[in-house]
Amino acid sequence: MSSNGQEERQKKSLSQGQLIWRRFKRHKLGMIGTVVVIILATISIGAPFFSPYDYTEPDFGQAYTPPQRVRIRDAEGNFTRPFVYGLTQEYDEVTWERVYVEDKDEKYPIRFFTRSWEYSVLGLFDTDLHFFGVDEGATIYLVGTDHIGRDLLSRIIYGSRVSLFIGGVGALFSATLGSFMGGVSGYFSGKVDMVVQRFVELLQLFPQLPLMMALSAAIPTTWPPLGVFIGVVFVLALVQWTWLAREVRGKVLSYREEDFVLATKTAGANDLYVIVFHIIPNCLSHIIVVLTLTIPNLILAESALSFLGLGIQPPMVSWGVLLSNATNLQTVGENPWIMLPGVFILVTILALNFMGDGLRDAADPYS
Amino acid sequence: MLSYLIRRILYAIPMLLLVSFFSFIVINLPPGDYLTTVQQQLQSQAGMSRDQAVAMAERMRARYGLDQPFVLQYANWIGGIVTRGDFGYSFQHNRPVSEVIWVRLGWTLLIAGLCHAVSVIIGVLIGIFSATHKYSIGDNIATVFAFLGLSIPNFFFALVLMYLLAFHAGVHVGGLFSPEYVLAPWGWDKFVDLLKHLWVPVVVVGLAGTAQNMRIMRGNLMDVLNRQYVETARAKGLSERKVIYKHAVRNAIQPVIMYMGMALPFLIQGEIIASIILNLPTTGPSFYYALVNQDMYLAGSFLMMIAVVLVAGNLLADFALAWLDPRVRYD
Repeated sequence: MSSNGQEERQKKSLSQGQLIWRRFKRHKLGMIGTVVVIILATISIGAPFFSPYDYTEPDFGQAYTPPQRVRIRDAEGNFTRPFVYGLTQEYDEVTWERVYVEDKDEKYPIRFFTRSWEYSVLGLFDTDLHFFGVDEGATIYLVGTDHIGRDLLSRIIYGSRVSLFIGGVGALFSATLGSFMGGVSGYFSGKVDMVVQRFVELLQLFPQLPLMMALSAAIPTTWPPLGVFIGVVFVLALVQWTWLAREVRGKVLSYREEDFVLATKTAGANDLYVIVFHIIPNCLSHIIVVLTLTIPNLILAESALSFLGLGIQPPMVSWGVLLSNATNLQTVGENPWIMLPGVFILVTILALNFMGDGLRDAADPYS
Repeated sequence: MLSYLIRRILYAIPMLLLVSFFSFIVINLPPGDYLTTVQQQLQSQAGMSRDQAVAMAERMRARYGLDQPFVLQYANWIGGIVTRGDFGYSFQHNRPVSEVIWVRLGWTLLIAGLCHAVSVIIGVLIGIFSATHKYSIGDNIATVFAFLGLSIPNFFFALVLMYLLAFHAGVHVGGLFSPEYVLAPWGWDKFVDLLKHLWVPVVVVGLAGTAQNMRIMRGNLMDVLNRQYVETARAKGLSERKVIYKHAVRNAIQPVIMYMGMALPFLIQGEIIASIILNLPTTGPSFYYALVNQDMYLAGSFLMMIAVVLVAGNLLADFALAWLDPRVRYD
């Protein structure tokens, strides 16, 4: 009995964070999603290290190379370390299309931590160390190349930088705007609430994508790619914040009458202080959940916009930009691997949705 | 009930005005207008001098009222819509906007409506199955399917489906009709051909909605099945079928209906992007090209009409809910 009671007391003494973490660990899909997200984030941060090729460097002789197969059994059927065969180009005698044939005599083992093209790390020093590659004379295009022979994998890896960054920063931006507006609206109620809520309703009356399309069409085409990039983040955040504002407002309305708010006010705090330092921290777990679920929405929206040519502009790459090369059905039919960036979008969004789902279940550990 | 209806409708009117004003602002945001493009064309293709081209563009601006101040332009536009059903002039198509948008909006509504019906019916049915067969193989498959459906980008799904159909199943995809039927008069064969093309966008657009409805229905029904009145219904000896369909489902379906109004924007935006890829004669491609070419009255009218459809959809969802749940009416 007594040991049981002690255990009970120890359980109670766990902090809110520990409780949330314990609950989150039990959500298997959520954990898997988180691991995938961490892997993707790592790869995108270390993009040059993980890219076997320079993503901007065209190689016209290697246009539309299909994905190369990594083999672990050689021609005699013995297991060896992973290798790829060298490729030779031939022409199809009927259609005169270029075809790539594996040359079974040339074996190139995949080498890890090899040296190839140079890049600089944070502008501090230059290095040419890469995660994997093959010896000179062979190629390793794990997911093929695009129409001017750029390695698609390297482009996808670099594209993940833009796609994930837009999702993350856009979500953070819309969360800040949304929780502030929602906080103000719920806290003051009355006329302020009325105005903010009508404005939110107005924005929500428009389906998001057409509105985003119209707004990003307003970004001048003369802007440099970086300017367009910032513009797109703004557009996404401006359209998205309303959903969070709604959620936060609801929470704030319920906290407004609580004793701790009254206590803070009695102690002489002004309204802004109460909102920013007392009410929003209380909604924080909720905000984080909505934030996590906003990121996939923004990644989807960005890829759709860029796919249509209204978002990120080349030479900057995002997954949507890469997919915009796959609009011609004939090209896709001959080179289906150019659709692969879509698989990365799908996996990322799936992982983020799982993670958000797990967080949502865990955010309220007392339920 | 009647006063509730009237209140809701009256409330929608200022909303519509705001929507039209907001659409007009958004469409006017890009620097320059269609005539800037025309002016460039006149210079580069028709060989006019810069002054001539500018003068010509100015004359055209005056003719279409584009030289007036912003608020006046808006007043003209909205006045034309309300009094004459005149949505302005589409420079790109060279005819009034109203001639362009109605047919396209019709197709959009047809496709979105079909998707809506399909996603509600199938979603609710799978949801009921999942909730009553909790953690069975079927439920797990349905859950995975729902997550996939919610995560796959619409346009990517359309692309993959098109690729598979065209290159692995050998079916004609894209558009609403096979080439030989496009100009043919309406008949049974043409109708069948239409159905053969129509299911692709319906599947593409409806997938996410089906998944969403299924998730909502499953969650709610699972909650409701734990309630005491369900226990009571079982205890008094009702058949399981009756317990589920008469007692539990009826209470669990409300959020799905409430969600119906919210689902419409997703359907329409899904329809827009899927249509651009599948090359359907709906609002999607036309809206897109109007934006790209700064055909402002056309783009603005589309943006506004989409929002108007949503206002109407929300109204309908409210009415459906009020009809289903008497508590809502006396709010």
